[in-house]
Amino acid sequence: MPTIRMKAAANGDVVEVQALVQHPMDSGFVKDSAGNIISAHHIETLVFECNGKPVFSAFWGPAVSKDPYLKFAFKGAAKGDSISATWIDNFGKTDTGTAKIA
Amino acid sequence: MMTSRPPKRMAIAIAAIAALRLMGAAPLFAADAASASRPDAERKAFQSFFFAKFPKVEKDDFGNGPYAVNAGMRKQWEEIMQFPPYDFALDEGQQAWEKPFANGRKYADCFENGGLGIRQTYPRFDAKTGQVETLDGAINRCRVENGEAPLAWETGTMASIIAYLAQTSRGKPFDISIPDDPRALAAYDRGKEFFYSRKGQLGFSCASCHVVASGERLRGDILAPALGILASFPIYRSDWGSMGTVSRRFTSCSAQTRAVPLADQDESYRDLEYFLSYMSNGIPITGPGTRP
Amino acid sequence: MRDEQAVSLETTRRMTLRLLAALGLYGIASPASADDAPGWPSSAFKANKQDDALKSLYGKNFELSDKVSLETPEIAENGAVVPVSVVAKLPNVTSISILVPENPYALAAYYKLPDGALPQVACRLKMAKTTKVIAVVESDGKLFAAANDVKVTLGGCGG
Repeated sequence: MPTIRMKAAANGDVVEVQALVQHPMDSGFVKDSAGNIISAHHIETLVFECNGKPVFSAFWGPAVSKDPYLKFAFKGAAKGDSISATWIDNFGKTDTGTAKIA
Repeated sequence: MMTSRPPKRMAIAIAAIAALRLMGAAPLFAADAASASRPDAERKAFQSFFFAKFPKVEKDDFGNGPYAVNAGMRKQWEEIMQFPPYDFALDEGQQAWEKPFANGRKYADCFENGGLGIRQTYPRFDAKTGQVETLDGAINRCRVENGEAPLAWETGTMASIIAYLAQTSRGKPFDISIPDDPRALAAYDRGKEFFYSRKGQLGFSCASCHVVASGERLRGDILAPALGILASFPIYRSDWGSMGTVSRRFTSCSAQTRAVPLADQDESYRDLEYFLSYMSNGIPITGPGTRP
Repeated sequence: MRDEQAVSLETTRRMTLRLLAALGLYGIASPASADDAPGWPSSAFKANKQDDALKSLYGKNFELSDKVSLETPEIAENGAVVPVSVVAKLPNVTSISILVPENPYALAAYYKLPDGALPQVACRLKMAKTTKVIAVVESDGKLFAAANDVKVTLGGCGG
């Protein structure tokens, strides 16, 4: 299943983007039921690109909530353009998602 | 360190006296002779209590629990609802619902209208078994009858499927029926008794928090009114970081009030769900939901 | 077989370089460690104290400004998911960072805004206990900030 869901909408010349990412975002401070620490496992970078250019970059630590959400806005794209998002976590795992600007 | 609590007999007596009082009030509803059954009168009294306690809350908003009765909580909820965390479960649920069983049949074959837009009619009294059947139970019965292993009750695929089905019923008011069968009325009455009986080390009944203290704080949480409280299920709780069904909430709440949790889908929990859902007839489904 | 491998290696190299450029690696003061994602400011994220995180990230201090709007709840419904929203009425904003000083690590999130990005961001953060939340906005190389108090308590229903 794709881990990145995005909603991108153009309002005049501004594109508003909302993203929801499926990720445990374990902080490394929580113990499991046996009393062992669950290792930190969280997204470190989440980069958005549109028309070949980066439009927003997020750098996250363990304090970002599980199944993280992000909302931002940018100019320089139009309805029908495609926006992509790529995350990399501290385990080196990665995933990419795309959405068309509505 | 046990707090003393009234014996079970007294709890039943209190409920019975309340019911008798309601029956005594029946002539006031004489115009509605056909529907002036005791449960119907009790439902009206139950709803009137909450409408009076929360006069600023719209009837249709009761399915939003704590967010209907606290502005600060509501604002956070509205932010989260811009992109709700149960979105992944909705997709998983639809995929799971549409995937055929090994024998080629599908979930949709077990339900009227293919299972869509009917969540608000569950739980139902099943005349064949003489027991209450929840939607969860009907889903697993469909699986077993088609040679599939039953799903775990509290989370995972069961929660995802019910999230999908609930969404197809969003906005439809609860429409639970108590057929003219003494066993159905008995199930309703057992559910009502469970709701009002004190249990466990803390001696709380469901009513202690969700009727008497509804709208007030229990540490950091705002207690949801019992009216409409099941309308938002299944829920993604921030506390769980995952989805949970009514089973997950009932068992965890029993444990949290230091009562012995029953097994998932125990007959007592099903009777309780039957009573609570019937009391919420007319309140629209809001599920799936998010909660703290 | 070898040609395909060569092509895919080259693609990976190009993608990595583009990613590094996207992350504005050259503009970040604190480097990532070998195991972290490229461009991730590891020493800033590992700082316990707010001052150390800011020093690592920017090397300078902020001034409070009413041109930065920070929206947070007064009482968090759950410390695990606290909605935070920042909007700045400032020119040439190149980054926004959010600090939660009472957390084990003070820096919660850092955002790089290329040309064209509007000076605003919303996200959901974990807060371990009642804390200040500070939004720092970098505009024309200077730092402006707003701070709110957020009350975080134990939940009663399962907390």
